[in-house]
Amino acid sequence: MLLRHTTKEVKVREGLTINPAKTCQPVGALYAALGIHGCLPHSHGSQGCCAYHRSMLTRHYKEPVMAATSSFTEGASVFGGQSNLLTAIDTIFSVYDPDIIAVHSTCLSETIGDDLHQITKKAADDGKIPEGKHVIYASTPSFIGSHVTGYANMVTGMAGQFAESTGEKKEQVNLIAGWMEPSDMREIKKISKELGAKIVLFPDTSDVLDAPQTGKHEFYPKGGVTIPELKSTGDSLSSIALGCISAEPAAIALDKKFGVPFETVDIPIGLSATDRFIMALSKAAGVSVPDEITSERGRLLDAMTDMDQYFYGKKVALFGDPDQIIPLTEFLLDLGMKPIHIVSGTPGKRFEKRMAEILERSPGANFRNGLGADTFLLHQWMKNEPVDLLIGNSYGKYIARDENIPFIRFGFPIVDRIGHSYFPSVGYSGGLRLVEKILGVIMDRQDREAPEEKFELVM
Amino acid sequence: MESKTQFPDPSQVREELIEKYPAKVAKKRNKSIIINDPETVPEVQANVRTVPGIITQRGCSYAGCKGVVLGPTRDVVNITHGPIGCGFYSWLTRRNQTKPETPEDANFITYCFSTDMQEENIVFGGEKKLKVAIQEAYDLFHPKAIAIFSTCPVGLIGDDVHAASREMKEKFGDCNVFGFSCEGYRGVSQSAGHHIANNGIFKHMVGRNNEKKEGKFKLNLLGEYNIGGDAFEIERIFNKCGITINSSFSGNSTVGQLENAHMADLNAIMCHRSINYMGEMMEAKYGIPWMKINFIGAESSAKSLRRIAEYFGDAELKAKVEEVIKEEMPKVKAVIDEILPRTSGKTAMLFVGGSRAHHYQDLFSELGMKTVAAGYEFAHRDDYEGREVLPGIKVDADSKNIEELKVEADPELYKPRKSEAELEELKAKGLEINSYEGMMKQMMKKSLVVDDISHYESEKLIEIYKPDIFCAGIKEKYVVQKMGVPLKQLHSYDYGGPYTGFEGAINFYRDIDRMVNNPVWKLIKAPWQKTADSEKESLSASYVTQ
Repeated sequence: MLLRHTTKEVKVREGLTINPAKTCQPVGALYAALGIHGCLPHSHGSQGCCAYHRSMLTRHYKEPVMAATSSFTEGASVFGGQSNLLTAIDTIFSVYDPDIIAVHSTCLSETIGDDLHQITKKAADDGKIPEGKHVIYASTPSFIGSHVTGYANMVTGMAGQFAESTGEKKEQVNLIAGWMEPSDMREIKKISKELGAKIVLFPDTSDVLDAPQTGKHEFYPKGGVTIPELKSTGDSLSSIALGCISAEPAAIALDKKFGVPFETVDIPIGLSATDRFIMALSKAAGVSVPDEITSERGRLLDAMTDMDQYFYGKKVALFGDPDQIIPLTEFLLDLGMKPIHIVSGTPGKRFEKRMAEILERSPGANFRNGLGADTFLLHQWMKNEPVDLLIGNSYGKYIARDENIPFIRFGFPIVDRIGHSYFPSVGYSGGLRLVEKILGVIMDRQDREAPEEKFELVM
Repeated sequence: MESKTQFPDPSQVREELIEKYPAKVAKKRNKSIIINDPETVPEVQANVRTVPGIITQRGCSYAGCKGVVLGPTRDVVNITHGPIGCGFYSWLTRRNQTKPETPEDANFITYCFSTDMQEENIVFGGEKKLKVAIQEAYDLFHPKAIAIFSTCPVGLIGDDVHAASREMKEKFGDCNVFGFSCEGYRGVSQSAGHHIANNGIFKHMVGRNNEKKEGKFKLNLLGEYNIGGDAFEIERIFNKCGITINSSFSGNSTVGQLENAHMADLNAIMCHRSINYMGEMMEAKYGIPWMKINFIGAESSAKSLRRIAEYFGDAELKAKVEEVIKEEMPKVKAVIDEILPRTSGKTAMLFVGGSRAHHYQDLFSELGMKTVAAGYEFAHRDDYEGREVLPGIKVDADSKNIEELKVEADPELYKPRKSEAELEELKAKGLEINSYEGMMKQMMKKSLVVDDISHYESEKLIEIYKPDIFCAGIKEKYVVQKMGVPLKQLHSYDYGGPYTGFEGAINFYRDIDRMVNNPVWKLIKAPWQKTADSEKESLSASYVTQ
């Protein structure tokens, strides 16, 4: 057994997290910053932070993930990291020539109290930021929240620090992407185009973290939201935040600063969440929904009705991040499945409230988030009440193998398969992909384990 | 070993590498970019700070201590004390294989333990939470040992992980608890963490168990972390020869092994950089000599086996070793005979680790491939130039912060395994004990040596040299491949391996053959792009002169 020490008996733990269902803020900030065109993310902390984040994102995307570091040593940790960051800004503009440096802090620089606003202002005052170039920042202490919080903080940073108001409204809607894959962002743009809605999507990692093989490394790939686009978000008609945890804070910032009204919807994973997204966008952009989208919805629904018998009543355990878990749980319920064990390491009252509402349809389900909500606990729950399917990031495969349960990789990080960066999970077609994947692993198990006389050709 | 390969003028290359840097950076980098001469071995600036803003391969002290050295241990509960990230990123990402003897034996390699420090722990201190975590780990798992690893904020807020560990160890009585001050900001790279890990294992583990295990030729395998099963292949070969691995540092290791390490008669060191401290300290305290070995490469493996046999000085062992080599080599030869015509004359670059950039040159040389440039990510001057430069290395502020243990001979357990005369005799036979000659003496004249290479320099080197293969790690992997050059990961082996010993050599030959001859690289241009680009190519290929 790979997880041979995981006991069935659940004991309350107050100090020890085992096999976490989250990681730290800066990796989320780094990921978000890659969704700006011409941006080099910068980690203000020890070298290890940047190395770890780059490694994890690279393993997840199988793509170059560029970022620089302030390379703290003991001296910097004692005397403050200002001089390191100023040197870094100088070096980066000379050598790597980005349009933007997006600095995020770490637990180290936060603990010693480095003030990124003050340091980046000093860099500007000292003339270290060349004409037409930018340095933005986000405070991302690792001891608060999770990687999702870090993503939200950097997205808020890009909105707050770039957006402008010309006083003249632009006929466009801001779509603020919650943490999703480049494939999902591409799909959101595709749907918006089909709807005929004019949008600014940010951040946008499509064409950054799914770049084509051309024989030439583009240090700054062609994707990413551009500076003029980000600037224009202050003039947009309204914003739609895709995700209450990872996207809404940026929408609030734009509302507060420029009075851009917003609506928050879930990331459109599954049928119902996609319905709400389509409704919200068609309303905000003042466009009607074309038949093609209705047909796409119909195709997803068709698969759901036709395959109903294989989903109905199947118990599911899942772990991951709030803005995915919320619509995914709802989708599983729409499929007739029973999500009964759910953990997410990300804290948040909004998250808890939304899950409580959704799980009214799954009485008795175990849900826990925040501190202590780790996959060790999830596994223990599964030992007490077994499930038919596990959904989560790559770390779930250890549980799945020990318990012999069909497993779908979903969330971050997925380091042992490809596909998530190419094929979307959002929208109706994304829903169809999820249906196919779930059905595939359930039927594979049936085919593998059915007695010979019960082995079926047709489903 | 002057090469017949036509290389660009290395001094011109160096100029090109640094011309874009700000003046101060250029001056600094200039000392780390060296044109090799194996005869005179020029000085390489190494183990110095990376300039902030430079995109470096390097990680941190925590990564070196918890990630590299202690991570591969099998039955230690390794708890990261800090916010969640560090523990998360070092969870199962280094491919250290473990294989407990029975299904009941402890194996914590698949687990990540963390105190997941929150804001209030940073403000009011995290020691209390740490002790609760240690207690919970003990109650849940009853492990033989619990190790605590400090992340950056821990040292800054003044948590005393050592005091907390001592207290809990005394409380439990049957569980060894110890801490490591391996905060990420210590030192200039992972290297500091290796040293801290060595000190901790030496202080808290080695020497606790005096049991004399069976085996005529007992050695400790040091600096072998069993990535991709490397240590298993070495163990297979040792078993055939009748050599016993008393203790492994630290691939698939157990607490029992590490505590008993001082009962071995030789410390055989694979990765000099990460574990040489242990070899030295065990020499001083227990009288166990250490020897640099290299099981990367079939010829190197054979050589290392012969050296070990020579050290033990036993005729029967020597004969057995020859027999094993004779048995293993034909299958290696069969494969190399097939592959060599396809790999011969191709070029490689290696920028990785603190030993691997050296070791893997042996495998490339067996493939008939030339290493045109190489460098380490976190090594010191001795790994480049040989240990004879050690007395001349200036200890800077960053290294001073890492504790140097004062080690004296143990009044009871010190027992020189070899007398001075015997050591001299071995030396006369060409068997260097307690010594490592470094990488540069084996590299070609005018090849390039670059320490702590930056991303910018890597891209430039690839543009200039157009190597057939580039070896580095995961962060570099897809950048280099986007440039149309295959990259072999030499930390994780691209999820292949093992690459040690005879079986490993075969694995490596096949992998490299596949990579440098993969037809997919010829498909990069779409048919409609080919004409336009062939003109460009003829423009860019005229650099090479010598």
